[in-house]
Amino acid sequence: MDAITDEPRPADADERIDFRAEFARSGLADIFDELDRDLVGLAPVKSRLREIAALLLVDRARARFGLGASSPTLHMSFTGNPGTGKTTVALRMAEILHKLGYVRKGHLVTVTRDDLVGQYIGHTAPKTKEILKKAMGGVLFIDEAYYLYRPENERDYGQEAIEILLQVMENQRDDLVVILAGYGDRMERFFTANPGFRSRVAHHIDFPDYSGDELAAIGGRLLDGMGYVMSPEAEAAFARYIELRKVQPHFANGRSIRNALDRARLRQANRLFASERPVSRDELVTLEAADILASRVFSGGIDSYPPLK
Amino acid sequence: MRLTQGAFSFLPDLTDEQIARQVQYCIDKGWAVNIEFTDDPHPRNTYWEMWGMPMFDVKDAAGVMFELNECRKAYGGRNYIRVSAFDSTHTWESLRLSFLTDRPADEPGFALERQEVDGRTIRYTTRSYAAMRPEGARY
Repeated sequence: MDAITDEPRPADADERIDFRAEFARSGLADIFDELDRDLVGLAPVKSRLREIAALLLVDRARARFGLGASSPTLHMSFTGNPGTGKTTVALRMAEILHKLGYVRKGHLVTVTRDDLVGQYIGHTAPKTKEILKKAMGGVLFIDEAYYLYRPENERDYGQEAIEILLQVMENQRDDLVVILAGYGDRMERFFTANPGFRSRVAHHIDFPDYSGDELAAIGGRLLDGMGYVMSPEAEAAFARYIELRKVQPHFANGRSIRNALDRARLRQANRLFASERPVSRDELVTLEAADILASRVFSGGIDSYPPLK
Repeated sequence: MRLTQGAFSFLPDLTDEQIARQVQYCIDKGWAVNIEFTDDPHPRNTYWEMWGMPMFDVKDAAGVMFELNECRKAYGGRNYIRVSAFDSTHTWESLRLSFLTDRPADEPGFALERQEVDGRTIRYTTRSYAAMRPEGARY
């Protein structure tokens, strides 16, 4: 039941440990390169991950000199506005922690209130325990965690689930990592009402909103994944779209970008279909400026469904 | 008399770490791990009481150890507890591994009864001393 899988070789008292070499050898360098490549922005998240990795390396080095090293608490809370990548990072986190050797299996179990809280007396505890058992050796991701606590209903079973969670988070720190996620202000209220959670969650990571350039970069990657490209005019139009959309209400960062691109694909398909002539491969993969400019955002409306105005 | 049923039963009792390693082996093979207990250790008593459901979707031994410890809290010291692993793949569909994890502090053993019938023929019966007392009061 060891959290760190490979036993470190004991070191002599006067030996020197080269962290650069250790870093390269552990495969952590690859993980962080991959992270930088795959995730746009999110500087605070990445720097926190580097800190955790550094702690692991230092702990290993300490163990080699026979110095005590207790396994750190890794429970986290992710707060941030909609669409800032909380769920995406949680998915990666399980993999990262597995490679770092903090969790044994590295699978992610994603749950919401429904999966933890029962509907009648005595239903909650078995349900919560079942989920915890499933998540052991991996990462338990509780999305919209603030729903667990319903202050307006004092008979709510959420409290029972919270108590079981806290107990396991404390006693079986080696066996699973719990990540709570939710919107900033509501999580703040959740932690205020449950002081036990705040002290047991060691890492509070705030996901910042993306800048215009970062959103454009995200859009580029999403398009890559879908197998589309933008013409230069379309790129310029998309940059303008982002600037306009950002200041509108109900802006959900990465998610809004994905929706905008989905709608642009829809318009492109419509345009090709309506053109009534054979289309080439290039035309099939290229989004034109017209596909972007047709958005309601440019005429002062909100690009969402159902329309808000 | 020390009960020897299932795998590893001629070895010293497994430590929790050893149990966890065995359980992890079963999980990695894709078998569903069960926890069972009984206070009637007769060798022909195949079906023990189950502690909860078979654990089909647990990925790590820690989940099974959690349940094993819960079972120990309820029955430890008064019952035999065993871990078994069920292989659901077609044509197997049966237990692949079963071993004892806990036994009562005091194991009185079995009596062998000989019944003389029809001339010199003898019929044998094993009877657990513990099972002579009512259920729940045996160990």
